[in-house]
Amino acid sequence: MRSPILASLPIARASTRFVAEADFVPSLIGTSGETLREAFGKALTAVAHRYPSLVVLDADVAGGTGTHHFRRAHPDRFVQFGIAEQNMVGAAAGLALAGCLPVASTFAVFALRTIEQVRQSIAYPRLNVKLAASHPGLDAGPDGASAQALEDLAAFRAIPGMTVVSPADPVEMAKAVPAILDFNGPVYLRTGRSAAARVLDDSYVFELGRGRVIRDGLDVTIVACGVEVARALEAAALLARDGISARVVNMSTIKPIDRDLLAACARETGAFVTAEDHNIVGGLGGAVAESLATTNPSPIEFVGVRDVFGESGEPDELADKYGLTGRSIADAARRAIARKEAR
Amino acid sequence: MSDLDAYATEIRRIAVSLINDAGSGHPGSCLSAADLLAVLYFRELRDGRDRFVLSKGHACPALYAALYLRGCFDRATLGSFRRLGGTLQGSPTTTIHGIDATCGSLGQGFSIALGLALGFRQRKHDGRVFVMLGDGELQEGQVWEAAMAAGHHRLGNLCAIVDYNKMQSDDLNERTMRVEPLDAKWGAFNWHVRPIDGHDFDAIAAAFADARSRPNQPTVIIAHTIKGKGVRYMEGVPSWHGSVKLKPEEIARALADLGVAADRTREYAFRG
Repeated sequence: MRSPILASLPIARASTRFVAEADFVPSLIGTSGETLREAFGKALTAVAHRYPSLVVLDADVAGGTGTHHFRRAHPDRFVQFGIAEQNMVGAAAGLALAGCLPVASTFAVFALRTIEQVRQSIAYPRLNVKLAASHPGLDAGPDGASAQALEDLAAFRAIPGMTVVSPADPVEMAKAVPAILDFNGPVYLRTGRSAAARVLDDSYVFELGRGRVIRDGLDVTIVACGVEVARALEAAALLARDGISARVVNMSTIKPIDRDLLAACARETGAFVTAEDHNIVGGLGGAVAESLATTNPSPIEFVGVRDVFGESGEPDELADKYGLTGRSIADAARRAIARKEAR
Repeated sequence: MSDLDAYATEIRRIAVSLINDAGSGHPGSCLSAADLLAVLYFRELRDGRDRFVLSKGHACPALYAALYLRGCFDRATLGSFRRLGGTLQGSPTTTIHGIDATCGSLGQGFSIALGLALGFRQRKHDGRVFVMLGDGELQEGQVWEAAMAAGHHRLGNLCAIVDYNKMQSDDLNERTMRVEPLDAKWGAFNWHVRPIDGHDFDAIAAAFADARSRPNQPTVIIAHTIKGKGVRYMEGVPSWHGSVKLKPEEIARALADLGVAADRTREYAFRG
């Protein structure tokens, strides 16, 4: 098993420096300085030469999704659809039928309006189309609830044959992009708006459909995706101060979920917290619960937005108000452990 | 009778019979489109090069008939229409030989056709893409997203055909949601607009030739048609759009109108 990849992070230094301060909560947010969307656009551009049939589709948000990097490098392989996401996604199906490898990109909330096109035109015929959505979750921040997609993981996960991926940091994004392009089938890739924490080192191996233990522990398993992975590590550090050993799993593929890893974690830790910047209904938490219910029923606590809409604010403020912080995850872990011990 | 007339009649016979076999389906929409499909499949489409997308997917019995007549599958396959485990699904799917796009949710096939045309241009393939839309389908917003994009990208390899039978599921377009002025709408989206009589084979062929001659502009053929064309009691009656179950006397009258002798109607019972 890989050792936790925390060495280069402020958390390690901070927790030794401030260990006496009871109120101190180490923060990983913002430490990489790079956003998942920029990492996505750069990764796509970096590997473009290996995929001659790759075309990138945009609906007037290339500057926001990161695909502006690709447009600059390969203007002849970039197709503009204007502010018309449903048509873009349907045309992506046609481009795939013509032998192209289309990557359509927009904001996650607009991807939601293409759900039926993805279902009908792409997933039903199992076409090799990738949909990359930026600005998901409360991480979308100040634009407010109308821009904060809290339902995308649930919605796209419910479509037969869809693969759903939400990488944790720019390092993983760079590795996930070529893996997704190599995979033959429809994929929903969730990126992110805000500067992302760096939680993984360059030796990290991304495998589609596999979660990875990035910090080991025995009392509880925290299963997280996207920006919540950094907060899960923060939670594990908080719990460690109380002598609680928390395992952290980066579950970047939400569908198909890594059932074997979850079963192993159930046997070895017996309690779970799921953490996602998404509604607690139907996303990562739902996927984990569905899997464990049929293999290893275990106490699970769900950290996410509790079936409400968000509001304007900075991502950290929103995470605090809506209970997505490391502290919230740590509290949930204590509840899960208490339920395990009460059994 | 010209060969096109014969093919169109056979498409109509098979389409209504498929619907009769299955106990459900949309006869009116198949009958209005049959002449257009006959010219497409027996004159215009070049095998292996061109593509056709039936965006008004509910008319798939007519498409299946045309594909059968072009040898895409055998007669026994016709018995599988709308049947559990059957090849011929209630809406077009890519699992059927000769069909590239899943259709049935209106508006979507048009975007797929647009993507095919863009893809052909991207890959420097000289194929042409044809897509048939219903008139009621034009009420879908996605249609106009795709129309705007095709005009913007000057897709001369894309030809849309509107089966303009003036009726939709519940009623006349005019009473449900007016789609006129159609010619002006498409023109405003930078398409070459060619209104024709959609039951005149020469006019249909000439419109396709016209479309072919315009490499830098998409063409829309506004094909004025009659819903239910060829079956007198269905002609111009909106209720035959529907998913309907035909009564025994209704299929008998339909096949009689389509020139099938009473002692030969068994040949059109595909479920055996």
